[in-house]
Amino acid sequence: MGLMMAGVSIVNARDRNNPRRFNNTAFWGIYAVTFLAGSYLPDLANGFLVIAMVLVASIRGLGQGKGESRTREEREESAQRWGNKLFIPALTIPAVTVLGTVLFKRISVNGAPLVDLKQVTVISLAIATIVALTVGMMMLKPSLAAPIREARRLLDAVGWAAVLPQMLAALGALFALAGVGNVVSGIAQKWIPLNHPFAVVTTYAIGMAVFTMIMGNAFAAFPVMTAGIGLPLIVQKFGGDPTIMAAIGMLSGFCGTLMTPMAANFNIVPTALLELPDENAVIKVQIPTALLLLGANILLMNILVFRH
Amino acid sequence: MFSLIGIVIVVVGFVLRINPLLVVTVAGLATGIAGGLGPLEVVAAFGKAFITSRYVAIVWLVLPVIGLLEHAGLKERARAVVARLHTATTSRVLLVYFAVRQITAAMGLTSLGGHPQMVRPLIAPMAEGAAENKYGELPQKTRHRIRAHAAAVDNIALFFGEDIFIAIGSILLIRGFLDQNGIRVEPTQLAIWAIPTAICALIIHCVRLVLLERSLRAELAVKSEDA
Repeated sequence: MGLMMAGVSIVNARDRNNPRRFNNTAFWGIYAVTFLAGSYLPDLANGFLVIAMVLVASIRGLGQGKGESRTREEREESAQRWGNKLFIPALTIPAVTVLGTVLFKRISVNGAPLVDLKQVTVISLAIATIVALTVGMMMLKPSLAAPIREARRLLDAVGWAAVLPQMLAALGALFALAGVGNVVSGIAQKWIPLNHPFAVVTTYAIGMAVFTMIMGNAFAAFPVMTAGIGLPLIVQKFGGDPTIMAAIGMLSGFCGTLMTPMAANFNIVPTALLELPDENAVIKVQIPTALLLLGANILLMNILVFRH
Repeated sequence: MFSLIGIVIVVVGFVLRINPLLVVTVAGLATGIAGGLGPLEVVAAFGKAFITSRYVAIVWLVLPVIGLLEHAGLKERARAVVARLHTATTSRVLLVYFAVRQITAAMGLTSLGGHPQMVRPLIAPMAEGAAENKYGELPQKTRHRIRAHAAAVDNIALFFGEDIFIAIGSILLIRGFLDQNGIRVEPTQLAIWAIPTAICALIIHCVRLVLLERSLRAELAVKSEDA
């Protein structure tokens, strides 16, 4: 990972078509350092590296180097030549990832699983990309530098958004450290009139969605809302079923995930990847479905949770 | 109360459209200081949190392969394949992907999709290709709209499919949390109660995709008559 970023950084430095090539070089270069040396550096040094990256990206901004290395005609001609074989390396990625996740869960050495179960998907994906790259290189026989050059093109298109999900994950950790969740649930409990089961269920579902929008993650919202409203009121006071409440409550949180820029890897990164000019384009498309589905969840929970 | 300052900074920053990286960094540092850490401690905590979240970035490893294949004409090929299927429309392409993505996610195969590896190189070009096939050259705005829909389909199908699988992170989190509070729930029960919402998601989003096709037709058919 670090090597790839370092490669991207060097290719950027040599790209004279990019007016801000040294900014790009610095940004991806520092990012490469956090991968290659991050585990060995003291936390403080890592913190300053991150801040340096942010300053490079936000004060002078990143530029884009030259785009497609071939014209559309050339690519169409190449597509004709290779035909459906082109799909093979592309489909290798999901196929090997799935195979890896299934196999790694089965294989164990002396009773201990071969890889950490939490990391199974990540490791499988990493292996899958290496396999797919090998297949692609053998098939297409490009120059050795080609994959990094092409990665540079895509990563330039994505720009700083590539780092945003990781940054938000770090923010979530700081929120947890400072106890933000407890403060919010305290406020929620004080403000909401909760004497009627329908009002409580509705508040819980909407609260999950809104709190998820703030935190960018339903996993952060669930413990707070469930401890604050779900368990004491829906379950204990009105005798609701905790399983149904939790299942639909979590899904109400997912409705919130569809509507927030804080869930950057789902909502902001794809706009960059698909080269859309409006960074909220995906969120705008998702909002109608998210709201309708949140309404459906509220109805479902009201009908199902008290059904016995 | 002061620890909420981070949330305020994030909301204001996003509304004012300041560079999100800067907003998030400032919010993180401010939250840490409000939470009682010293300035250097905050920077260290932020650095540590950033490094431990590195696994989030692993998905970028796919870029060299995808870039290489795009260079060899992968997107053009995806378009050409769809062009040969005369029954293909934008909404049908997206509906099929939605169903496949939701069902595979429900079986625990959540990694069978994703924006860098599936949507950008395959699904978005296919959805665009189907529209091009029917209505001819597309205006840039329409292209962007179709791409945004392709990205949304991946998200929605994933979110409302994965919870039907019993060993997914969210189910484990629910179970662990309720367990701490003295309530035992079965993962299979949690998974079963995710099904009604999954069905609603499928119905709602299918209707929206059909409507998308209609609005594309209305928008583009008029144009081609003009020409």
